[in-house]
Amino acid sequence: MNKYLHDFPLLLQPDEKGRRIAYLDNAATTQKPQAVLDAVTAYYQTSNANPHRGAYDLSEAATKALESAREKVRAFLGAPKAAEIVFTKSATESLNLVAQSYGMSFLNPGDEIVLAISEHHSNLVPWQIVARARGAFLTYLYTDESGRILPGEIEKKITGKTKLVAAAHASNVTGVVNPIEAIIDRAHQVGAVAVVDGTQSAPHMAVDVAALGADFYALSAHKMLGPMGVGVLYGKEKLLEAMPPFLYGGDMIEYVEEQTSTFAPVPQKFEGGTQNVGGAVGLSAAIDYLNSVGMESIREHERALTAYMLDRLRGVPQLKIVGPDELQDRIGVVSFTLEGAHPHDVATILNADRIAVRSGHHCAHPFMCHLGVQATCRASVYLYNSNEDIDRLAESLKGVRRWLGYGLE
Amino acid sequence: MDLSDLYTEVITEYGRSQKHRHPLEHPDVTERGVNPSCGDDISLELEVNGGVIEKAAILGSGCAISQASAAIMAGLIEGKPTGEANRLAALFLGMIRKDVTDENELEELQDGVALQNISNMPARVKCATLPWHTLEEALKKL
Repeated sequence: MNKYLHDFPLLLQPDEKGRRIAYLDNAATTQKPQAVLDAVTAYYQTSNANPHRGAYDLSEAATKALESAREKVRAFLGAPKAAEIVFTKSATESLNLVAQSYGMSFLNPGDEIVLAISEHHSNLVPWQIVARARGAFLTYLYTDESGRILPGEIEKKITGKTKLVAAAHASNVTGVVNPIEAIIDRAHQVGAVAVVDGTQSAPHMAVDVAALGADFYALSAHKMLGPMGVGVLYGKEKLLEAMPPFLYGGDMIEYVEEQTSTFAPVPQKFEGGTQNVGGAVGLSAAIDYLNSVGMESIREHERALTAYMLDRLRGVPQLKIVGPDELQDRIGVVSFTLEGAHPHDVATILNADRIAVRSGHHCAHPFMCHLGVQATCRASVYLYNSNEDIDRLAESLKGVRRWLGYGLE
Repeated sequence: MDLSDLYTEVITEYGRSQKHRHPLEHPDVTERGVNPSCGDDISLELEVNGGVIEKAAILGSGCAISQASAAIMAGLIEGKPTGEANRLAALFLGMIRKDVTDENELEELQDGVALQNISNMPARVKCATLPWHTLEEALKKL
């Protein structure tokens, strides 16, 4: 049994048949360790108040909780300053913030925005909207059939016209880790800013935004053992300072007069409205938990699990892996199709064996189109998964086609 | 809900049936139906003559449930006046919503009754209803 499993109450719950869930949908969201649940409860039991406002001790405690979570995230990401860490409600909001604030202000007619074709809709649709509003153009970095960005594509597509490049550090469809350093370096070479969607990478590998040189880096708490409703945007201080606010209202102003206002310094400028302090506290506890395990250990554990999963899936008749069938530059996200079985049926049939996988297009329509698949099943692992989960997946998959009536005629 | 109540022989056979999966030569109406979250993406083609649906074809791709529902629907509506097809769509959707439960009333849906249990599986309801909603939209265009 996996030694971390005991820390995750949901994963220990047996169903009426005594079966544990084989939870393999970690790219969608992750389960929470008791330490995170306790930290959130403790915040509400001892420190809850509106931060940055009251003159009383309790408000000070809430402010301290929020600001120490910010410092925790800063250290986790290797960001130079805590002021460069903005709390949002999700990675989607983080990316929309960059699009609406930076994109709408600094992109001009004729400018090019370069995206990886493998982007999640949250790092694609906001740029379509900005491009349309500003008269800019979208161009794409295309991939080979395993989802890897084609050689030469970075130099060819990121040119003097490029003003912004947006790409995921790792793909939520194929698990490919993109050559993000090369993409960022090329963007800077031509004077463009680089927006990195770190939603799938930050939970699974050590990330150092300063070493990467990313201008913006977005992530989501609930995909790294933290609560839902909290996202993070890292942005270089100079860029954040030059950008207009995103949400206007309380807690983000300096002076407000009848006709005009001035705004708070970063990061408060981008944090209009009461923040999800309980959520930030949960994220902080999640980072503590991840650090106690060690990001390198997590990466190694997932590497071994992915190797085992690829091996077991190769043994399932009529199964095809969508994405790289090897371990190099990938995370533990594996998409696949089963001949003659729609992914939605596969997921329903696996569910009957208490195995949770995702099915569908994974919010990446243009990428699915590019790969020539309608939908896939996706199994994704985390630190609490074990070979036993993979064995259950592989065995259950072998029975899927029979449920759908194949092999009966 | 047990898998054996969902993937019955009737459903899996209709799900794999090729009978209505050929494009029509001169469709009078073509309507696309999509379930954005799961990737069901179908296209319904109808040839209508004098208010009667002469041929129905279902193209595209989808799960066994949506494909079975589509195949059953195509078989049911061929040869029927459009008003009749609309009524059957309302009856099918009523069955899924559990508004219509009377067996005699549902008899008209023939093998479509095999999908009645899907109402106990919220995650799959939209798979079963997709072809019928698409039919309703197609008929509005005629």
